Amino acid sequence: MITAERKPFEQIKAVTDQFENILVVGCNTCVAVCLTGGEKEAEQLASQLRLQRQNDGVGGTVETVTVLRQCENEYVDSVAAQVEGKDLILSTACSIGPQLFADRFPKVRVAPAMNTNMLGVVKQHHVWTEYCAACGDCGIFNTGGICPIVRCAKTLLNGPCGGSQGGRCEISPDVPCVWQLIYDKLASFGLEGNLSRIGGPKNWSKSSSGGPRTMKKEGFEP
Amino acid sequence: MRSGSVLEQVLTDGKFAVTAELGPPKGADPQVIVDKANILKGHADAVNITDNQTAISRMCSMAAAKIAIEQGLEPIMQMTCRDRNRLAMQADILGAAALGVKNLLCLTGDHQSFGNHPEALGVFDLDSITLIRMVRDMRDVPQFQCGEEITFAPKLFIGAAANPYADPFPFRAVRLAKKVEAGIDFCQTQIIYNVEKFEEFMRQCRELGVTEKCKILAGVAPLKSAGMAKYMKNRVAGMDVPDEIVERLSAAEDAQSEGIDVCVEVINRVREIDGVAGVHVMAVEWEAAVPEILSRAGLRPGSE
Repeated sequence: MITAERKPFEQIKAVTDQFENILVVGCNTCVAVCLTGGEKEAEQLASQLRLQRQNDGVGGTVETVTVLRQCENEYVDSVAAQVEGKDLILSTACSIGPQLFADRFPKVRVAPAMNTNMLGVVKQHHVWTEYCAACGDCGIFNTGGICPIVRCAKTLLNGPCGGSQGGRCEISPDVPCVWQLIYDKLASFGLEGNLSRIGGPKNWSKSSSGGPRTMKKEGFEP
Repeated sequence: MRSGSVLEQVLTDGKFAVTAELGPPKGADPQVIVDKANILKGHADAVNITDNQTAISRMCSMAAAKIAIEQGLEPIMQMTCRDRNRLAMQADILGAAALGVKNLLCLTGDHQSFGNHPEALGVFDLDSITLIRMVRDMRDVPQFQCGEEITFAPKLFIGAAANPYADPFPFRAVRLAKKVEAGIDFCQTQIIYNVEKFEEFMRQCRELGVTEKCKILAGVAPLKSAGMAKYMKNRVAGMDVPDEIVERLSAAEDAQSEGIDVCVEVINRVREIDGVAGVHVMAVEWEAAVPEILSRAGLRPGSE
């Protein structure tokens, strides 16, 4: 899923102080699962803002609404009545949410309350780890089901660099060397010899370097 | 001869090669290169010109290599994948060859988080192995990475690095074999203090046929103090400094002299290992130690 964390309150305050009537919009999908931007968190942020604005003598209103998915037009459009009369939409979704609100409500200013981090998995309760770079050309069958593009600090394609020691990455002892994981995984199948084949160079044109990507499902023309 | 470089000639002739290292300055003063070149001149067959070493921004290796050529040194220009994509790397390779660079060392590069711009975007469009293959194809086919023809091929002696002390250990010789398959002519290893482990690495290299296709230069470096030894042991990724060496430097009255002794001993030991074709002396910011080390080891350029 997409993970996102709330920006520091001081940063949110610096933006919201300029506006009078604010609508905090939660999203009940990925950010709700990672406990940072769902209905509950959006309401908490709205309460915090109300209190701060009351203390600082800032006028206006702070209302809140939550949609199921801020990445879909229908859900975003469904809160048009609440957007009416607002000066700022403050979205607690990943960056897709505020961008879609800006698109659907062109006369209203939009701000993100969140920093979007990554495509990750839940490693433990309340701990997420990046697993996918959305590079558009998945080759993890050859690497034991483990992605070296996003999980290696240098996006290596040909095995661990000279900084891999004791199964840890050179950038931090807290970071596993993903090529050690790949090596161990393939070795468990007796396939470590596969790593002697030269991999790459990677085709990055399918990744973010190729410009904004569009996906169309054939047979379902709009 | 693929490149016509002195290093290639020395290694092809079966002589024991000596290379040293010259780090470009964090400034635009060419005199720094001239001064370092004067220290190293006549002591090494070729000199590595580092490329934003440890991810710290410095004078570019191509310019420093050109200055070194003007001083009568033969540069081994280092190139990392960290700071450039394949377009920029190929442009720099052609430019360097046009300026008279004949040796190119292909590296992935230290991660940018270690340097003086930790917020920089690391490029890593290619890794060292795909860079090697690209350079080999530019020289031998000759073609760009995209397959387009190159009308005037860069003649380069292609090198890489190998670290016998990184993990997983059984993969280190395999990884060097991949670099050989990708197209290297020579490699320089990480600094060797643990000679026993290096011997095992070399045994694996011989088994894989690496030593027949690639000239391996053993990396050595003088330690200046016990503190430096401890730092390298504990803090530098991919280093293996045995306790006995740390203890020797701690106990020494003159740590610098002891450090040079250790370096000379390592050189003498690695020379005896089958498949070692030379040494690479990495005395960064202590270039002055290189002549003494080589003199005490009885090594002169192309001397054997």
